[in-house]
Amino acid sequence: MTAASAPPTARSAGFLADLSTLAGRAIRLMLRDLEGVIPAMIVPVFFFAVNVGSLQDQFERAAPGFDYKAFQIPVAVIFAVTGVSRASNLVIDIQQGYFDRLTIAPIRRVSLLLGLMIADLVLVMALTVPVLLMGFIAGVGFASGPLGVLAFIVLAGCWGLAFTGFPYAIALRTGSPAAVNSSFILFFPFAFLTTTFAPKEALTGWLGAVATYNPVTYLLEGLRSLVSSGWDAAALGRAALAVLAVGAVSQLLAHAVLRGRLTSGRR
Amino acid sequence: MPTTNGDVAVLAEDLRRSFGAVEAVRSVDLAVRAGEIYGFLGPNGAGKSTCVRMLCTLLAPSGGRAAVGGFDVVRDVEAVRLRIGVALQDAALDAKLTGRELLGVQGRLYGMSRKQIAARIESFGDLVDVAALDRRIGTYSGGMRRRLDLAAALMHDPRILFLDEPTTGLDPVSRMRVWEEVRRMNREDGMTIFLTTQYLEEADALADRVGIIDGGRIVAEGTPDELKRRIGVDVIVARVEGDPAAAATVVESLDGIASVAVHGDELDIATADGAAAVGRVAVALAAAGLHASQLTLRRPTLDDVFLEVTGERLS
Ligand SMILES: Nc1ncnc2c1ncn2[C@@H]1O[C@H](COP(=O)(O)OP(=O)(O)OP(=O)(O)O)[C@@H](O)[C@H]1O
Ligand SMILES: [Mg+2]
Repeated sequence: MTAASAPPTARSAGFLADLSTLAGRAIRLMLRDLEGVIPAMIVPVFFFAVNVGSLQDQFERAAPGFDYKAFQIPVAVIFAVTGVSRASNLVIDIQQGYFDRLTIAPIRRVSLLLGLMIADLVLVMALTVPVLLMGFIAGVGFASGPLGVLAFIVLAGCWGLAFTGFPYAIALRTGSPAAVNSSFILFFPFAFLTTTFAPKEALTGWLGAVATYNPVTYLLEGLRSLVSSGWDAAALGRAALAVLAVGAVSQLLAHAVLRGRLTSGRR
Repeated sequence: MPTTNGDVAVLAEDLRRSFGAVEAVRSVDLAVRAGEIYGFLGPNGAGKSTCVRMLCTLLAPSGGRAAVGGFDVVRDVEAVRLRIGVALQDAALDAKLTGRELLGVQGRLYGMSRKQIAARIESFGDLVDVAALDRRIGTYSGGMRRRLDLAAALMHDPRILFLDEPTTGLDPVSRMRVWEEVRRMNREDGMTIFLTTQYLEEADALADRVGIIDGGRIVAEGTPDELKRRIGVDVIVARVEGDPAAAATVVESLDGIASVAVHGDELDIATADGAAAVGRVAVALAAAGLHASQLTLRRPTLDDVFLEVTGERLS
């Protein structure tokens, strides 16, 4: 046996080890770049303050006993977590060639994205906490208790993760930082054509019809149930289904685009 | 399963790649033996990087086939990747990590333990600036980046190493360090090295065999000496005081002179045996009253070879 055909000294580290290496790197970069997280913190506080300030009296006068702050906390959380991703870091990796180096490592293709997404999930769940604190300070209580708070964080985190497929797909398809930055626009129809400001019963005409088909409607319903009415299996089930549906579409898209990029060998 | 004889580390058969209408690589055949340093020499746009990217599984060929370490680069991607180290033309690094962190990620992805990683980084003392390892790569100079990139390629001790223009942009000292490292790895570890370059002296100094690529095709191949012998002659360069045309007539009349070309006040005199002819040229010129202020003997260089096979000068 000659040098070239001898077994290699290197070996593949295994799927989980690769994920932990890649996620570890992504989390390290995230901590190094915390100012990038600030907008994700300000936006929800802003929306919460404006929505509550302008609409609270109106809704609470119309329906006595209705707690508009509790109604708005899930909205703030969704604004905090949706579209938060490492996609712009992925674009930088592609541009600086590091993505090539990772691609030729003996790792599974999915690890290239999953490693980043694990970091996303950590960040997204962490972002949920200060928004919830803001709610507690504003006097919002959780009808479902401490376990409900946990369920709320997990559900919000899964939603954040489900949505990341879109920015990743854009990053891999275009390799353009500008395109990735504007991918936030994708979230607008999801975010506003739903029960963001008013309960479903109050939406009429075309907005009501669109909201019926908007997965965020069911996500909000599930999150709100944990805050306002305790454990509601049906509401939580619909929320989970909505997250799964969006996640399936966005993740399949991202992985298809990744496969396309790797097989065409685009630079 | 290996698809070729284990003695051949890198094999390409009719390897082709187009980008739309651009045929970057037209039909490349090559076989690099295990333990060899193969120099891939060619001008900008010749198709060197495209070849390297196909051989290291980053780019799918449009036609033909290639095997590295005995494994097909399309069907046995995993097996190829475990056996190769790659330093691409543009250093493939993450500016936000420190050098040590980057090498750590690299080592872990290739299944190395913490201890192995630390020992390996230690062993790079000659190649990378150890003092800079804990600084972010974004603060490195271009030369430091290239050398760190090479270290990353070597982290897992690959059997076959691809280097795409490893010394472009390096100062002479850094270039020597890379050359020494390449020679050492080849000699001591028996590593097969496939290296592209636009520098003739680099191919000459490092490569056991050189393939000259131009327009996506290999136009000449052989050891540097074989290639130079193809030109077959030595060159005497004479600078004369007086009429160069008259001097050329004098030199042409001597025995054993293949050709004389006049460039300004210089004569390029081609001859089978330069050492024997140089004295006779000096004497004949002096006798004709045309003093030669300078006489130098030049062996043919790869540049001369390049000129002959492509019709252009490389440098
Ligand atoms: N991704 C690509 N898309 C389109 N054309 C490409 C692509 N990559 C390479 N080419 C073209 O293929 C040809 C060969 O390019 P390649 O990079 O292989 O040359 P090279 O020999 O490495 O040159 P250099 O010395 O400048 O690095 C060039 O004409 C180049 O423009
Ligand atoms: Mg190149």
